Amino acid sequence: MIKATINNVEIEAPEGTSILWAAKKAGFTIPTLCNHPDLKPGGQCGICVVEIEGIPGLKRACMTPVGEGFKVKTHTPRIMATRRQLVELILSNHDTDCLTCVKNNNCELQQLASIVGINVHDYSRSGERLPIDRSSVSIVRDPNKCILCGRCIQVCSNVQTVDALAVNHRGFDTVITTAFDAGLGNSVCINCGQCVVHCPVGALYEKSATEEVWEALHDPDKFVVVQEAPAVRVMLGEEFGMPTGSLVSGKMHAALRRLGFDAVLETNFTADLTIMEEGTELIDRLTSGRNLPLITSCSPGWIKFMETYFHDLIPHMSTAKSPQQMFGALAKTYYAEVKGIDPGKIVSVSIMPCTAKKFECQRPEMNASGYQDVDYVLTTREIGRMMREAGLDVKEMPDEPPDDILGDYTGAATIFGATGGVMEAAVRSAYRLVTGKELENVEIKPVRGLQGIKEAEIDIDGTRVKVAVAHSCGQARKLLNKVQDQIAKEGKSEYQFIEVMACPGGCVGGGGQSWGSNMAKRARRGESLYEEDRSLPLRRSHENPSVLALYEKFLEKPNSEKAHKLLHTHYYKRSTVDGKIKPAS
Amino acid sequence: MSQEKQCQCAEVQEEELYPRLEEVITEHRGKGQDLIMVLHKAQNLFGYLPRKAQEMVAEGLNVSLNEVYGVITFYNFFSTVPQGRNSVKVCLGTACYVRGSQEVLDKAQKELGIKVGGTTEDRRYSLDVVRCIGACGLAPAMLVNEDVYGRVKSPHLPDILAKYE
Repeated sequence: MIKATINNVEIEAPEGTSILWAAKKAGFTIPTLCNHPDLKPGGQCGICVVEIEGIPGLKRACMTPVGEGFKVKTHTPRIMATRRQLVELILSNHDTDCLTCVKNNNCELQQLASIVGINVHDYSRSGERLPIDRSSVSIVRDPNKCILCGRCIQVCSNVQTVDALAVNHRGFDTVITTAFDAGLGNSVCINCGQCVVHCPVGALYEKSATEEVWEALHDPDKFVVVQEAPAVRVMLGEEFGMPTGSLVSGKMHAALRRLGFDAVLETNFTADLTIMEEGTELIDRLTSGRNLPLITSCSPGWIKFMETYFHDLIPHMSTAKSPQQMFGALAKTYYAEVKGIDPGKIVSVSIMPCTAKKFECQRPEMNASGYQDVDYVLTTREIGRMMREAGLDVKEMPDEPPDDILGDYTGAATIFGATGGVMEAAVRSAYRLVTGKELENVEIKPVRGLQGIKEAEIDIDGTRVKVAVAHSCGQARKLLNKVQDQIAKEGKSEYQFIEVMACPGGCVGGGGQSWGSNMAKRARRGESLYEEDRSLPLRRSHENPSVLALYEKFLEKPNSEKAHKLLHTHYYKRSTVDGKIKPAS
Repeated sequence: MSQEKQCQCAEVQEEELYPRLEEVITEHRGKGQDLIMVLHKAQNLFGYLPRKAQEMVAEGLNVSLNEVYGVITFYNFFSTVPQGRNSVKVCLGTACYVRGSQEVLDKAQKELGIKVGGTTEDRRYSLDVVRCIGACGLAPAMLVNEDVYGRVKSPHLPDILAKYE
């Protein structure tokens, strides 16, 4: 342990602790801008400077480990003047149109300006205005608001290993862009939106669909259906000031109904359906021994990553569509048929913790119903804005159930939102499919939690199945490199089933979550999903009565021809240069 | 030889240079730390760094395309546009600047339809700025290839440029 004083308060800290964290322990929060609890400190912004007695100059608290006997001062007049000047310089090159900014009230620069006491502009706006990058269907990038802190690059390159963004050009012309300045839509960007949730300012945000959805809601000719992803029920409360991870399933249904949706349905319903299709696929693969391991396909960020960097594994991918797209295909076929609605008049909206879902719903092959299966995807933040605009507060809502016939769900569906959840849900049903018996203890703890790669061996009545779970594309890359190696050297992998989610923590850590995220918050949301699972009467997907009715009345059985047409898909090879589909050779 | 023929000739040559770039890359395959050296050699081959060459270098050295692009756009030495047959350089040194060379530069950009660092589509001209060419007594001064022009006023530009094919 190292002993030091921070503003005359004595502290003890383990060796290697940064001054920033040591100061926090002593009760002093040093202001920062580029620092993020989940990323390595980079020292770009210089806001966190402190004085250390006997050491000349100012030191960056985020990057300086506290040393034995250090006497640190965190807010002398010199430090405060330096911080103020740094913020003023950043503001001199930043659009300060806060009132119309998507980040208004959630901007770390805005908060910092208030903390360090900026009340006059000493510098006029310098530099020319740069064009806003709207080339991506998921993410908008506004370089005029970028402060070059580099958090987006860190998460894109180090955590996700996608490498879509980098610092390009130099001096005053420095910008964070994609290769050839081609724009996110013409790059290897997988639309995961981790850059969006790590950006401290309004330089990165989702491409909004709220206007289109308002228009549909107010069009008397349209029948607007809505589905909500598993993770949204543990995020939406945060948009209304509730504690992180508050479970608001019933309140969410009530608020959506009051917003004017004609039918409030559930992505959780099709999560159960995904298990029936993917579970059956797993049994087929285990029986035939071909194309193992089976790899999950629910995460559209992961799908584009796989298509770009691991397309030799396409035969291993589950062909099951994601729950969002299964829902889309059924809403304009089965649902329309049963309810007697013209599918051409159905507008299908989904509420997602995800920005990549916006890309997924616009993939040209996602039109099994004869229409674009899902019309609009809204992130949790966008639906929060719409509800506030309509004067709805989720906190104040009663608990209401979803509507039939695409509304029922089990505990297995709701845990899809946490890393390991799809795996756990699949095992619960695969056990029944293989053995004809129910798995008694449904909780498969080794696949839960935030460890990067999780492994487990599952005994299905004598058959041992080795599974692995990866969350974040960086961890997925590690795991799949190992799988590729094993297949190349030994002809097969040690794993039979692999779950991959593109975002750290799974969907509860998606690019569409509320602003100000960190791993601790993601973990809390995941715990809430497991709580809902425990509280539900049915916890196995194959027990969902509405799913069973769907097979009986419409699809016949899992992996039937009709199920294949509506619920399964195929994948492409993509270029590592621009992320576009490569022509088949 | 007509200009058009020369132009085609240059393009044919560029295609023929890629196998030579491949040889350079082979020597450094998988070695990301050699990036600047390889880019240097590539630029010596082509006279600039065409997009295809950047993609080949990224793939060959196993670095992301963005890293390659970041390095190229950071260093002034590297150019992503081919150089024109005639190099036009306007001096923005102190003496020239106070005698109005910015106006000359603005006119040159307008006349050629390109920005500083650019090359015209027909590859006839490249435009750059320089900081003092030691001809302060002739300010404002400019260079076309090896020829120095002094006391340039923007209306002179079309005539000066027209001399160079």
